[in-house]
Amino acid sequence: MLSIKEYQTVSSIAGPLMMVEMVDEAKYGHIVDIELADGSIRHGQILQVENDKVLVQVFEGTRGIDVENSTVRFLAKPLELAVSPEILGRVFSGLGEPKDDGPPIIPDKRLDINSKPINPYARNYPNEFIQTGISSIDGLNPLVRGQKLPIFSGAGLPHDQITAQLARQATVLGKAEAFAVVFAAMGITFEAAQFFINDLHETGAIERAVMFVNLANDPAIERIATPRFALTAAEYLAFELDMHVLVILNDMTNYCEALREISAARKEVPGRRGYPGYLYTDLATVYERAGRIKGKKGSITMVPVLTMPEDDKTHPVPDLTGYITEGQIILSRPLHRKAISPPVDVLPSLSRLKDKGIGEGKTREDHADLYNQLYAAYARGKEAQELATIMGEAALSEEDKKYMTFADKFEAEYVSQDYYDNRSVEQTLDLGWELLSMFDNVELKRIDIKLIEKYMPKFRKSEREA
Amino acid sequence: MADKKVGRIVKVAGPVVVAEGMTGVRMYDVVRVGNLNIIGEIVELRGDKASIQVYEETTGIGPGEPVTDTQVPLSVELGPGLIESIYDGIQRPLDLLMEAEGAFMSRGSLMPGLNREKKWHFQPVITDGTKVSPGDIIGHVQETTLIAHKIMVPFGISGTVHKIAEGDYTVDETVAVCKAEDGTENQLKLMQQWPVRNSREVKKRLTPNSLLITGQRVIDSFFPVSKGGTACIPGPFGTGKTVVQHQLAKWVDADVVVYVGCGERGNEMTDVLTEFPELKDPRSGEPLMKRSVLIANTSNMPVAAREASVYTGITIAEYFRDMGFTVAVMADSTSRWAEAMREISTRLEEMPAEEGYPAYLAARIAAFYERAGRVQCIGTPEREGTLSIIGAVSPPGGDLSDSVVQATLHVVKVFWSLEGRLAYQRHFPAISWLTSYSFYKDSLKDCFEDKEQGMEMEKMTVDAMGLLEQEAELLEIVRLVGAEALSPTDRLALETSRSIREDFLHQNAFHDIDTHTSMPKQYEMLKTILHFHKQGIVAIEAGVETADIFKLAVREDIARAKYIPQADMSKIVDIRKTIEEQMKKLHTSVAT
Ligand SMILES: Nc1ncnc2c1ncn2[C@@H]1O[C@H](COP(=O)(O)OP(=O)(O)OP(=O)(O)O)[C@@H](O)[C@H]1O
Ligand SMILES: [Mg+2]
Repeated sequence: MLSIKEYQTVSSIAGPLMMVEMVDEAKYGHIVDIELADGSIRHGQILQVENDKVLVQVFEGTRGIDVENSTVRFLAKPLELAVSPEILGRVFSGLGEPKDDGPPIIPDKRLDINSKPINPYARNYPNEFIQTGISSIDGLNPLVRGQKLPIFSGAGLPHDQITAQLARQATVLGKAEAFAVVFAAMGITFEAAQFFINDLHETGAIERAVMFVNLANDPAIERIATPRFALTAAEYLAFELDMHVLVILNDMTNYCEALREISAARKEVPGRRGYPGYLYTDLATVYERAGRIKGKKGSITMVPVLTMPEDDKTHPVPDLTGYITEGQIILSRPLHRKAISPPVDVLPSLSRLKDKGIGEGKTREDHADLYNQLYAAYARGKEAQELATIMGEAALSEEDKKYMTFADKFEAEYVSQDYYDNRSVEQTLDLGWELLSMFDNVELKRIDIKLIEKYMPKFRKSEREA
Repeated sequence: MADKKVGRIVKVAGPVVVAEGMTGVRMYDVVRVGNLNIIGEIVELRGDKASIQVYEETTGIGPGEPVTDTQVPLSVELGPGLIESIYDGIQRPLDLLMEAEGAFMSRGSLMPGLNREKKWHFQPVITDGTKVSPGDIIGHVQETTLIAHKIMVPFGISGTVHKIAEGDYTVDETVAVCKAEDGTENQLKLMQQWPVRNSREVKKRLTPNSLLITGQRVIDSFFPVSKGGTACIPGPFGTGKTVVQHQLAKWVDADVVVYVGCGERGNEMTDVLTEFPELKDPRSGEPLMKRSVLIANTSNMPVAAREASVYTGITIAEYFRDMGFTVAVMADSTSRWAEAMREISTRLEEMPAEEGYPAYLAARIAAFYERAGRVQCIGTPEREGTLSIIGAVSPPGGDLSDSVVQATLHVVKVFWSLEGRLAYQRHFPAISWLTSYSFYKDSLKDCFEDKEQGMEMEKMTVDAMGLLEQEAELLEIVRLVGAEALSPTDRLALETSRSIREDFLHQNAFHDIDTHTSMPKQYEMLKTILHFHKQGIVAIEAGVETADIFKLAVREDIARAKYIPQADMSKIVDIRKTIEEQMKKLHTSVAT
């Protein structure tokens, strides 16, 4: 067992980093407490050790720390979260300390917030459909338990409403199982965080929620630890207490900026737009903590939220996120302007795990063919819309006009819905058929004829009349 | 083996550790690092200091802790038991690790790549007294229902065989003794080892001369890859790289498939693990798992082991090639491998070249793809083996000017260019027909037993590609002056191109029948689409309105031809008759 040692040998401070010298037995990744001259305590983590020199990142920032009068205490352990079933219903800081008026947590155990990678062999493939009540998700980009499905948003777009709606409505059909919501706020406004928390209060879900809150005016470097605290709580709830956990991480762009700050302070070779070259690996150690595990009842479903700078999805944060997560829900500013809400940009949105979560016995046998067809028709309608804006509607062929009408109706009736409208998956599917009924069978190439005959309203009607 | 040199750690920075007192150790030797004994590899030597890339998380490790040299380079174990295995980047079996440590990966676990307890039945093919040299096959082990594993004399050993006997052996029991001319005796076992960073030797390299059939229409018919060839598949996120790689792993006509999940998602490996034991190889009817080896070093697993994973995969593949098999390697994604190199290089404080990648990036990529090929294997009996490599590339923002894409395009012969726009329209596989290419197209005609059919197929693909190129030009005209400006034949060309795209190139990986299309079926499908086109031109010349041609009911049959099972292929031929009948009716209505 390593003992705690104290040093007053801070040699330099630069940005969020601090160098301590003449240190014995410091270990990479371990944490330190820094006691300032006024007795206040800051927290730090070791980024590098070379001989007796230790580089420390200070979570609360280095403002006010001086070289002479600070004491650094090496705690000989990694960052940990104290857990017990009592964490449910509680609010913590971005560094995992209780922030509400509740009592301190009497820990059952302390868990390293970095966890360990899940052995890929130990994973259970996610295949249980989660009904969110939102057609553009359930119908076209279905979410399954254990999936990581981010929302790519932009400044001023209604991602907060959508995450609140998800937390309110998400259920697995026909099952009443223990669930929990873990919410990590990273650098978002008080108002945005409060909006979400209030919503949980209204539905009573607050009792089953754990919150880690780092607001816009809280220390930025702390954000590097916040999602890891949240996921440690989630893993405990899911894999030790058998709960189905929905984790919302909002906003990952702020998280990445904190990483960039550290990287710049370390004078590392910058990657694209100044983000460090290891951003992909770092994000993966966050996102890959979602999932299901063989032999465990619980699961972690993750919905990270990020704002795309300039609505650009090739920006490193959305780009690398998309490369790791299992799809993405993209919000569109043009749709938002057209008052389509939620403004889900259907075409570039994607759920990669949908295929094994839908179909007969899960949602309905026609689901896969139906969304394939809706996609194809909407894509063609969108092209026609674009052509019409360049050439004028008159230049469109009859075919194209029909597809354009379809696209308009699809956006207005299928994509758009009230934030309190909780559609069943059958309603969503039937709505899809309704919209497709304007086409002839020849045009519905992606759907099995048998399904058309069974589900298309016009055929069903003739059946009834006969 | 005696662990000799012991140094001590002076620096820890993420995945790189520096130790001093390391005089005498060699580059690429494996070392054990720190009190936890975690595994690392020497990647730089300076005086008595060695930089070590560490294959596991380094939290909790610090200066003063010991480093022990194992005096062997990073190697893989080769022998019966590879097939159906799933390994991490340094060949630790993930199934056994889970049994030992649970669902989360601990550190410092040592676990041999090949099971030491399992007995395999060895059937010799030579007798005592036979003179052997490296690569000679001394016997077989029926490893799975699909793979008769050839036991070969390891490199560096030759002489006369004694005490060879049929029987049941574990991989490290002696199945024969080989006595060299100078009298030294070497024990021959079912297992051998090979350092992953060196390619295995071959007698002679040959030019690839036949296609690796994948069952994917856009690939086989338009941009095929050969047995022993190399292909890359770059594209932005979510455009279908992994699905294509999985499709190939499922349906290629290779004897052995090595799938390397390099820095990608855990669930994608789980997907393979759950599907492959269920899915049947269309040729043998046996589960696909019986010919597969999986390497999974997912994005959240240590980055140095990710760097090693592609080498582990390719070395295992070469070993099977040496037995005379057709082997295919899928590496998803080579960009993550390159990024791992970059991460290590940065920690070593090497001088970065473009985008922070080390200057040796292009050389490493080229050397990796050079390990593909069609070869004459070393040893008797004479045999030919092939190794194809298909690498996914994940450029930032989908930008093809990325260093990894560029370095890869320099060496590979097939380029499948995935386009975001196609993926958003759910046109899958989203392989762009305008920008992709293959240098192996000449072999297409030889895929057919009937020479004539082969020639015809080659011509049809040229015609179809011509139509698709014409479509791109016509759509440009429509965008400028509207659809009105098009002649009836232009309109027909547009419709046929749409049909080629939607009814032929588009292929749903998740549809039971559509997921895989044999070469003869590809031929019939394309022929039918082009038949409609030819008949359409004749009709237009006879004065038939294009609108009437486009409304023909047979077009629905053409669109659904992809769902016709292999066994009912004559139904596709029948569609061509229906085309003729329905066109004939149009002619008569014009005539009257
Ligand atoms: N041939 C296909 N048939 C049907 N769907 C497909 C096909 N190819 C891709 N898709 C769809 O596209 C999704 C994304 O594909 P995939 O996971 O292969 O992308 P990727 O290029 O590997 O992305 P990343 O770089 O992020 O790993 C799949 O989950 C699937 O829904
Ligand atoms: Mg992929």
